[in-house]
Amino acid sequence: MTTTETFVDRPDGAPTFQHLSAGRRARDTLATVLVTAAFLVALVPLVWLLYTVISRGYEAVLSSRWFTHSLSGVMPDQFAGGIYHALYGSIVQGVLCAVIAVPLGVFTAIYLAEYGQGWLARTVTFMVDILSGVPSIVAALFVFALWISVFGLPKSAFAVSLALVLLMLPIVIRSTEEMLRLVPDQLREASYALGVPKWKTIVKIVLPTAFSGMVTGMMLAMARVLGETAPVLVLVGYSRSINYNVVEGNMASLPLTVMNELLNPEPAGVARMWGAALTLVLLVMLFNLMAAVISRLSAVKTE
Amino acid sequence: MVRDDGMTTPPSGPSGTGTPGGAGDTHVRDGPLNEMSSGGRRKADDLFRWASTGAGITVVASIGAIGLFLAVQAWPSLMANSANFFLSTEFETSDVEDLRFGVRDLLVVTVLSSAFALAIAMPLALGIALFLTQYAPRNLQRLFGYLIDTLAAVPSIVYGLWGLFVLGPVLVPVALWLNDTLGWIPLFAEGNVSITGGGTIFTAGIVLAVMILPIITSVTREVFRQTPVTHIEGALALGATKWEMIRMTVLPFGRSGYIGASMLGLGRALGETVAVLVVLRIATEPATFSLFDGGYTFASLIASAANEFVHPLPTGAYIAAGLVLFVLTFIVNAIARTIAGGKVQRG
Repeated sequence: MTTTETFVDRPDGAPTFQHLSAGRRARDTLATVLVTAAFLVALVPLVWLLYTVISRGYEAVLSSRWFTHSLSGVMPDQFAGGIYHALYGSIVQGVLCAVIAVPLGVFTAIYLAEYGQGWLARTVTFMVDILSGVPSIVAALFVFALWISVFGLPKSAFAVSLALVLLMLPIVIRSTEEMLRLVPDQLREASYALGVPKWKTIVKIVLPTAFSGMVTGMMLAMARVLGETAPVLVLVGYSRSINYNVVEGNMASLPLTVMNELLNPEPAGVARMWGAALTLVLLVMLFNLMAAVISRLSAVKTE
Repeated sequence: MVRDDGMTTPPSGPSGTGTPGGAGDTHVRDGPLNEMSSGGRRKADDLFRWASTGAGITVVASIGAIGLFLAVQAWPSLMANSANFFLSTEFETSDVEDLRFGVRDLLVVTVLSSAFALAIAMPLALGIALFLTQYAPRNLQRLFGYLIDTLAAVPSIVYGLWGLFVLGPVLVPVALWLNDTLGWIPLFAEGNVSITGGGTIFTAGIVLAVMILPIITSVTREVFRQTPVTHIEGALALGATKWEMIRMTVLPFGRSGYIGASMLGLGRALGETVAVLVVLRIATEPATFSLFDGGYTFASLIASAANEFVHPLPTGAYIAAGLVLFVLTFIVNAIARTIAGGKVQRG
């Protein structure tokens, strides 16, 4: 017995795996260093960017009237007022966009995940991909050509929301479709076996199961849309005071405020510009954070 | 994966929310299955099917509508244009009677800045994707991934401000040195705006590179993560070093996905508007194919003139430029999807 054990334990002849040659070892180390360096290099602009915005914008944001007052009646060189009007405008345009884009996007995703077959489904998938690559300025121009040139309607916040719909749709569709596909087929089959019709299975079983994942996608879509500047530049004028009318008149938004204060050389203008930029970053990060938290909390249910 | 995790879901979610509603409606005891309240139920099912199919068709139609409406609005201006649309460097629309506009300079600036951005972002993104999937400690991968994704969350206007006020001035010495040492190469020759001003394609390209980095990285990362474990383990079992394993398994497997992801990034860079608008200086001379040129891209030109969209003919000139940009990004994105095949899931 003992002899066989030692026979098995002892390598038969020279070891198969030789030492790593110096060249191979060096190349391996070099790759590790380069790859790690690439990651660290990418962190530089991130930290630099956030530091810039925070250090230059925090004073304006912390001023007492920043979130409660508009710039109505404030002179360009005056340190006063706030961005209430712009925050209101950004959120109204974003919500209006979501009201249109979310139902349309969810239904499209249901089509792709539950019904779609053949050439039409392939075309829709392809077009969603293309839509996600359409530049925001092209979406804005399209709405301009349709809404303002052809229909003769005035520039308005609603026109902005329409352009944002085109940018939000692909994100909502992609994320919803992905979530619907993660819902196990056993659930659908169990429902059919009980005689529940397909539409009710989707509404009562599939959608609730995928719900939190879908909300995560919508939060990310909202974050993307709120930061868009091109549509507001083309489709609505800037206003220094608040405007509750979404179909007529100028309405401010955070990106538009930044663009306007960019043209204001006064120190007060510079402070407001960075303040509005910081507010915008905070708003977008808030939505991203909510998305991350929701997806974390719901990880068991959807994945 | 899906099935394994999916097995845990039925008790928690659907059985609580779905079954009670479903069970209440089925009336199993009322009769055989095929006789069940067929009319109303069939109608509701059809309605739902048509609603979702209609939503899908709306998406397809909207892409068609974008191309159609832009073309229809641009046509009269293109007919009234007295310059060559593709070769002229002018973009003169102030005189409605004598429109002279061409996209040659816009094309040069757009393609040059995007290509430069891609040249910087592609190797970096490859490195980051490898780091995140193969090198980073497993428990930190998620956090590091979030950090890179945060770059994508920053609004483009903020990138513009950073590029104009912070990065531009810092890059001036670098740009001057490049111009000094490599000035004999046309790419680094003196451009049509001053290098010391900072508002060159050089600066804009680096800003764009940072902006498209997270897009390329996230898609590439997903593809690299799908590398079959058996391939990786096989390579390691044969005695490959980590780098050799990556070269033999991860890179060949993810190549098409990586190239597709880069094309997606290129599409984003071509259409980026505000960051470029804020960073680039206006040039009075035609573009010279130098990184130290200024001027406008398609997108930034349209945005800069947005307040002057009053008379239909000059507006149509800008819409024509927008149409070219639309076609350009359409082609790039279509190629990206074709190359990457089914591997690229998110855009």
